[in-house]
Amino acid sequence: MRHLLSVSDLGREGIEEVLAVAEAFAEVGTRPIRKVPTLRGRAVATLFFEDSTRTRLSFETAAKRLSADVLSFAAASSSIKKGESIRDTVETLEAMGMDALVVRHASAGVPAQVSRWVTRCSVVNGGDGWHEHPTQALLDCFTVTQALGGIEGRRVLVVGDVRHSRVARSQVLAYSALGASVTLVAPRSLLPPSLEGWPVEVTHDLDGALAGADVVSLLRLQAERGSGAFVPSLREYSARFGLSAARAARLSPKAVITHPGPMIRGVEIASDVADLPQALVTRQVTNGVAVRMAVLFLLLGGHA
Amino acid sequence: MAGRERSHTRRGVFVPRSQVLSADDVRRAVVRMAHEVAERNGGLDGVVLVGLQTGGVPLAHRMAEALADAEGVDVPVGTLDVAFYRDDIGLRPVLPEAATDIPCDLTAKVVVLVDDVLFTGRTARAALHALSDFGRARAVQLAVMVDRGHRELPIRPDYVGKNLPTRKDEVVDVSEEGVAIGTIQ
Repeated sequence: MRHLLSVSDLGREGIEEVLAVAEAFAEVGTRPIRKVPTLRGRAVATLFFEDSTRTRLSFETAAKRLSADVLSFAAASSSIKKGESIRDTVETLEAMGMDALVVRHASAGVPAQVSRWVTRCSVVNGGDGWHEHPTQALLDCFTVTQALGGIEGRRVLVVGDVRHSRVARSQVLAYSALGASVTLVAPRSLLPPSLEGWPVEVTHDLDGALAGADVVSLLRLQAERGSGAFVPSLREYSARFGLSAARAARLSPKAVITHPGPMIRGVEIASDVADLPQALVTRQVTNGVAVRMAVLFLLLGGHA
Repeated sequence: MAGRERSHTRRGVFVPRSQVLSADDVRRAVVRMAHEVAERNGGLDGVVLVGLQTGGVPLAHRMAEALADAEGVDVPVGTLDVAFYRDDIGLRPVLPEAATDIPCDLTAKVVVLVDDVLFTGRTARAALHALSDFGRARAVQLAVMVDRGHRELPIRPDYVGKNLPTRKDEVVDVSEEGVAIGTIQ
């Protein structure tokens, strides 16, 4: 495999390969010297046309722990501002000898388009519009596997703004490929116009769905994509779909809570719920580095 | 584990041509090498055994047992996977089940690397590189069950079970049942 554009590029075997290799890289993160020379001499560029904190830092940390050289490109301070096209920017980076481009863009399909322009580079989707965010879903699966021992047969609730969430789309593909049953929990206005072909169940009743859940994956209400207009008020949304302390108390004691970040405490997740031991948010961040190391390693030549 | 690596790297079935060491020979060689480790280091103070994934790990544990019998000391045993340190990325697989587990800080310790076969020396080189990330060992020594020659790097073993001249295209198999030499078909 040369590019990672969608979770569906991987299939079950591919996902399991990434998770297995990530296991080995997670060990590297516990060493006194958290660095291995695996990708020495390779160059990785992060090409972000949209704001990001953790995804970008996580990819850059992953590349650095593999001893790759890292170039960080932010559209806001680049020749894009002068009117250079994405295609010319990509060709410039490839001509400089980049081996992998991690691409994020507010429009769906940009990483896929970039992958058709490059001749030698690998392209990783770092999140495109409402489409997909494959490494986020992979690190969620890794973290849940670590906490629960496996994904097969688990019941996963994906709660919140599914309509505008690329994370939700990648999660549905990844969790269902690994044998979990996925239920979307959202108001009608925050679901995509059509769910045809999605391997999911849908409910609008969070309280009814909580009891049988093994994993509660919360999504942020994406104000920058106009989610605010899709709910009557944040307070009403929070009252019906936020994970309050009372709701968290009704979860099975073994259930876990994930959130891709950034969390908006008090909206989709109550502040004290975010700090519960079963909320895996910081473990997700730690594991994100190992999973992205695995993805870069597998795309740039290694195999399990 | 070892079987999986074989199926990946050798791409075929191992066909033994001749048995070089029996299971008893291997056992005696392990005991002898264990005694040599104790003798060379004037006891076992600060000695740590590190088995290289995957073939060296069972041998490291057997040497630790032999040392416990001979000297009454439990030597720490670690494991090391050098996949991330190799100079031939992509030619050899990462084995998720072949974990790295170094039980203590290696600073000022005497590390005895244990492997089944010493061939080109590239695994040993990668292991030396990897070890340096776990502390500054006082000394690193190398114990192998079989030294089959054909070194590509200036590396030599300190403890050898059996020196075994081979052709480059032959394959040496070390297992519980002993040591065999053969080919892949």
